[in-house]
Amino acid sequence: MSSSRQAPGAHDVVICVRGLTNRFGDQLVHENLDLDLHRGEILGVVGGSGTGKSVLMRSIIGLQTPESGEVQVFGEPMIGREDIDARNIRARWGVLFQGGALFSTLTVGENVQVPIREYFPHIEQALLDEIAAYKVTMTGLPPEAGHKFPSELSGGMKKRAGLARSLALDPELLFLDEPTAGLDPIGAAAFDDLIKSLKETLGLTVFLITHDLDTLHAICDRVAVLADKHVVAVGTIPELLALDHPWIQEYFNGPRGRAAQDAADRESNTDPIETMKRRRAALESAGGDTAPDKDAG
Amino acid sequence: MSAPADFDLADNGKTLRFSGSLILARLGNLPQHLDDLEASPDRIDIAPVERMDTVGAWLIHRIARDHDIPVEGADEDQAHLLKQIAAADQPLKEPPAAVPSFQRVLNQMGEATIRAGVTLIGLVGFFGAVLIDLFAVLRHPGRIRWNALVRQFEVVGVDALGIIGLMSFLIGIVIAQQGAIQLRQFGAEVFTINLVGRLTLRELGVLMTAIMVAGRSGSAFAAQIGSMKLAEEVDAMRTIGVSPMEALVLPRVVAAFCMMPMLSFYAAMVGLVGGGLFCWFSLDIPPITFVSRIREVVPITDLWQGLLKAPVFGLIIAIAGCFQGMQVEGNAEAVGLRTTAAVVQSIFLVIVLDAFFAVFFASIGWI
Repeated sequence: MSSSRQAPGAHDVVICVRGLTNRFGDQLVHENLDLDLHRGEILGVVGGSGTGKSVLMRSIIGLQTPESGEVQVFGEPMIGREDIDARNIRARWGVLFQGGALFSTLTVGENVQVPIREYFPHIEQALLDEIAAYKVTMTGLPPEAGHKFPSELSGGMKKRAGLARSLALDPELLFLDEPTAGLDPIGAAAFDDLIKSLKETLGLTVFLITHDLDTLHAICDRVAVLADKHVVAVGTIPELLALDHPWIQEYFNGPRGRAAQDAADRESNTDPIETMKRRRAALESAGGDTAPDKDAG
Repeated sequence: MSAPADFDLADNGKTLRFSGSLILARLGNLPQHLDDLEASPDRIDIAPVERMDTVGAWLIHRIARDHDIPVEGADEDQAHLLKQIAAADQPLKEPPAAVPSFQRVLNQMGEATIRAGVTLIGLVGFFGAVLIDLFAVLRHPGRIRWNALVRQFEVVGVDALGIIGLMSFLIGIVIAQQGAIQLRQFGAEVFTINLVGRLTLRELGVLMTAIMVAGRSGSAFAAQIGSMKLAEEVDAMRTIGVSPMEALVLPRVVAAFCMMPMLSFYAAMVGLVGGGLFCWFSLDIPPITFVSRIREVVPITDLWQGLLKAPVFGLIIAIAGCFQGMQVEGNAEAVGLRTTAAVVQSIFLVIVLDAFFAVFFASIGWI
């Protein structure tokens, strides 16, 4: 269950972190952190605020150079790599940042086209437009959102647009930093459905940072718990519940954890397609979370 | 590496058969070839396809949709993917067509004119709002934010001493040197003192200081207030009950208003020192002569002119900076645009007003 006990080579490992240490000034964020992500799974990463979940993600995708340790993605070392070297790896993953991180001077559609243009410049504009349009609709945005600028979108729409951009290259590996934070429950559940169905159809591997217990129950194959500056445990939720760690017990057995558990049990007894249809209908009747915060200009 | 995506026509052109990897990285020229396809097949066969991603699925879906023909040979995952893509295919509203370039130029000119007018009205309105708040604060002196005010005095005034001093010193030297070269032709080198004295006290001291303050502080006002607006800090202030006008705008406007005359006077003095040093070393005019000549040839009204113009210029710079900062909306690019606008507008207005002042002072006899 603990990552160190995982037999090496038992799974096709996509991300392999060994002995990662991160430090900001005097503050030690990670110490000797180990983590494996297997192909085709959704790994939820949980931990209290300030335990360095986002820093871990930044270390893996190469935005943060750790003090020591080793990070391998698709079997290739990531630390100390030149940007130009890492291009081929970067084309195989997509990243959704917390706030969406959309380019504010481009429309949503153009945002989605940026990675495709960068790696496949020969693709014609007409096809690019079509690709952007279906990616935007796939993430649950209305088709006309493609012509809007990020400042004209609500927070939830920005997240969806950011997801559309991170999926632009049909990546094998997806990093999601709190994708459902700030979404209404119906929108968040629809987002979960979306990620799960993308994982199933495209064979995605997902590294998912979240605080959302419902998301953990609904879509995560395994959950990694960050505490005391390293990963204290990795496993399915029942496996984690069997552990005697105070933070894990409080997290999953606290009032919110129990409610999420009950909801997940109820959900598993109903037909998934019916659930999805119901959610779609609910989203549509509410106009989705598509109402922008404010009018443009 | 998997085989590139490809297609052929089987069964006498009745079946469009795809093969290889229908993924973005292996597409090659497939989309163009598909566009050039003239045959009208009856069905699509994707059984030989090894891998398919959403782009591949989109291409298949598009042909199936356009020719209204069935797709066969899809395994479970591929069928699911095609279904998802079909669900995502919604008629797209086209963005409005591009206008002809001539009309666009006219449109832009018209819009720019309207924008300039709106900005001018906005500036005047903002000035009025500042005055109202100023009087409101003066009636309740307890509401004056001394900390913010003193901080702005320091940022606008004290911190600028170094750069403004250096600039004025060099300008004093340049005026003296250029003047001396021209006046030497008439054997009138001694009039260099008149040139330096009148020019620095009357015009250059205040004008160069205004340009420097607009570049240093006007832009900073716009950028600071603009980024605070983007981060919703200004809205947070309003909800807490703090007036952004009182907390952000007034200290900056008052600081610029008060600091400009002092900085201008300082700039004029340093300019005189620069000119005097040049006269001493290059023209052999000793400092004592320089000072007594200055007192003879420069009327005191020159100093008053400079000092009267300075606070007005300071006011314009601060108002333009704060006004543009408050107009920031939307994204980070707007902060940059508004900052540029603040500097350009304030320098433009300063120079226009300087021309008015020159005519005005001449007509009241301060020549």
